[in-house]
Amino acid sequence: MADIAVENSRVAYKETARRSRVLTSFKIRDGVFRWLTFAAAITVLLILGGVIISLIQGSMPSIRAFGFKFVYTDVWNPVTDEYGALAAIYGTLVTSAIAMIIAVPVGIGIGIFLTELCPEILRRPIGIAIELLAGIPSIIYGIWGLFVFAPFLQAYVQPGLIKFFGPVPILSTLFAGPPYGIGMLTAGFILAIMVLPFIAAVSRDVFQTVPPLLKEAGRGIGCTTWEVVGRVIIPYTRVGLVGGVMLALGRALGETMAVTFVIGNADVIPRSLLSPGTTISAAIANEFTEAVGELYTSALIELSLILFVITFIVLAIARLMLMRLEQKVK
Amino acid sequence: MASYAARRRSNFVWLSLCWASTAFGLCFLIIILATLFWHGFGGLSLTVFTQPTRPPDEIGGLQNAIVGSLIMTVVGVAIGAPLGLLAGTYMAEYGRHSKLTFVVRFINDILLSAPSIVIGLFIYQVMVAPMHHFSGISGAVALAVIVVPVVVRTTEDMLLLVPGPLREAASALGLPRSTVVVRIAYRAARAGIITGILLAVARISGETAPLLFTALNNQFFSANLNTPMASLPAVIFQYAMNPSPVWHSLAWTGALIITLAVLALSIFARVFSSKGSAK
Repeated sequence: MADIAVENSRVAYKETARRSRVLTSFKIRDGVFRWLTFAAAITVLLILGGVIISLIQGSMPSIRAFGFKFVYTDVWNPVTDEYGALAAIYGTLVTSAIAMIIAVPVGIGIGIFLTELCPEILRRPIGIAIELLAGIPSIIYGIWGLFVFAPFLQAYVQPGLIKFFGPVPILSTLFAGPPYGIGMLTAGFILAIMVLPFIAAVSRDVFQTVPPLLKEAGRGIGCTTWEVVGRVIIPYTRVGLVGGVMLALGRALGETMAVTFVIGNADVIPRSLLSPGTTISAAIANEFTEAVGELYTSALIELSLILFVITFIVLAIARLMLMRLEQKVK
Repeated sequence: MASYAARRRSNFVWLSLCWASTAFGLCFLIIILATLFWHGFGGLSLTVFTQPTRPPDEIGGLQNAIVGSLIMTVVGVAIGAPLGLLAGTYMAEYGRHSKLTFVVRFINDILLSAPSIVIGLFIYQVMVAPMHHFSGISGAVALAVIVVPVVVRTTEDMLLLVPGPLREAASALGLPRSTVVVRIAYRAARAGIITGILLAVARISGETAPLLFTALNNQFFSANLNTPMASLPAVIFQYAMNPSPVWHSLAWTGALIITLAVLALSIFARVFSSKGSAK
C-alpha cells in the first residue's frame, strides 16, 4: 500500500509540475497574443500618422518657397518653377460638386426604390447589381469614359447643351466653347456614376433603420407612399443620409484614375464646364513620375497634402454623423 | 393641403422617378459590362497570357502585367491581412470599450476611404525615395496599406457578432484567452473574416493610383520584388493613353480581365458569406 501511496504522490507531484508548466505557457501565449493585437491596433494609428508626417515633410520645400500663396494662385509652370494649387483645387471641387448634384438624388431614389417599392424577389439581385457597380475598378470607368462616354457626349449631348444655354446669361459661359468631349463636366459625370452605388447603399441601409411603426402610422392617417417617404422616412434618417453623402463626397474628391482619363489635364481654371481642366489627383498622377527638381516634386506632394486634409475633414464629418445615427438606433 | 388628385399625381411622379433612378444605375452597369465585352473579348487569346508586353508593331500580350499584378496582390494581402486581422481582434476582443478602440475605429474608417493616390505618395516618400528606385515590394506595401482598413473593419464587425456565451463557455473549460479567440471566436466568425479578405483582394486588384509611383511599370517580365514591376492597371493606363490602336485593343482586353476577376471575386465573397451565415 505504502509504495502505491508514494507512487501516487510522485505522480501528483509530476502532475503539479506539468500543470504549472502548462499554465505558464498559457500565460506567455496569452501575453504575446494580446501584445501582438495591441501592436497591430497601434499600427493603424501609425499609418495615418506616417501619412500626415511624410506628406508634410515632403511638401516643406514648397511650403517654404510659396507659403500660403500656394493655395490661392493658379500659376502652374514647371519651366519657371512657380506653382499654385488653385486650378487643381478648383477642378477637384467643381467635378465633385457636379458628381454630387447628379448622384445624390439618383442614389437616394435607388435607396427608396430598394426599401419601399421593389418587389421582394428583385430586392437582393438589384441590391447586388448596384454593389457590383461599386466594385468595378476606377480605371475601368476611366477607359470607358475616355473611349465610349466622352465621344458620345461630344457628339450628342454637348452641342445641345451649348445651343440650349447659349441665350441664358450666366449659364452661357458655363456651357460655352467647342465640345471637346473630355473636360470637367464629363469627369463630374463619371464620378457621379462611381459614387452612385455608395449613396444608394448607405441610403438603403439607413432607410431600413426606420421603425415600421412610424411608416404604418403615416399610412394610417392617409399619407401616400411619397408622403411617407418625404415626411417620415427622410426626416427620420436625415443625419445618416448626410453622413452617407459626405462619405461619397470623400470618395469623389480623392478619385484619381477615372478622372485622369477624362479631365483633359490642362493646368488652368477653365471658364466653361465643357473645357479641359485638372484636379489635384489627376495632376499628381500625370506629373509626379515626370517631375524633375525638388520644388516640382514638393509642390505635387503639397497638392496631395491639401487633398488629404480636405478629404480627412469631409470623412471625419461623415463618420461623426453616421455615429450619431447609430447611437439613435441603439 | 393639396387636393387628393394632386397628391396622387405627385406620388406617382416621384415614385416613377425612383424607378427611373434605379433603371439609370442598372443601365450603366450593363452598358459598361457590354462595352468591355464588345471591345475586349475579341482580343482574348492565349498570347495575351503567354507573351509579355511588346512595342505596338509586334504581337505582344499582357503576361508580365498579369504576373506582376498577381504577385503584388498576393504579397500585399499577405502583409496587410494579418495586420488587419490582429488589429480587428484587439478592438473586438480585448479593448472592446476602451478609448483606444474608439480612436482606432475612427481613424480606420477614414483610412478606408482615404484617396489611394495619397497612399501611393506616402509609400513613395517612405520606401521609394530612401531606396532610390521603384520596386515591386513598395507597390505591394502600398496595396497592403489599402488592405488593412478593409480587413480591420470586417474582422471587428464579425467578431462582435460572435455571441458572448460561446466565449464564456470556452473560458469556463479553462482555456486561455488567446485559445478562446483563435479556436472559438475566429472559427465562429470565419466566413465573415474570409469574405472581408476576399473583398480586400477585389479592391486592390484594380487599384492603379498607388502603383504609379511605387511599382511604376516594367516592359519586361520580372518576378523580382526589388525591381520595378508591371501591373495590369498600370499597363492599361499606359496603353489607353497611347494613340496606337493595337495597344488600345490590348488595354480593353486587360480591362475585361480585371473586371471579370474583380466581379467574380466579389460575387464569390457574397455567396461564401451567405453560405457561412446560413449555417
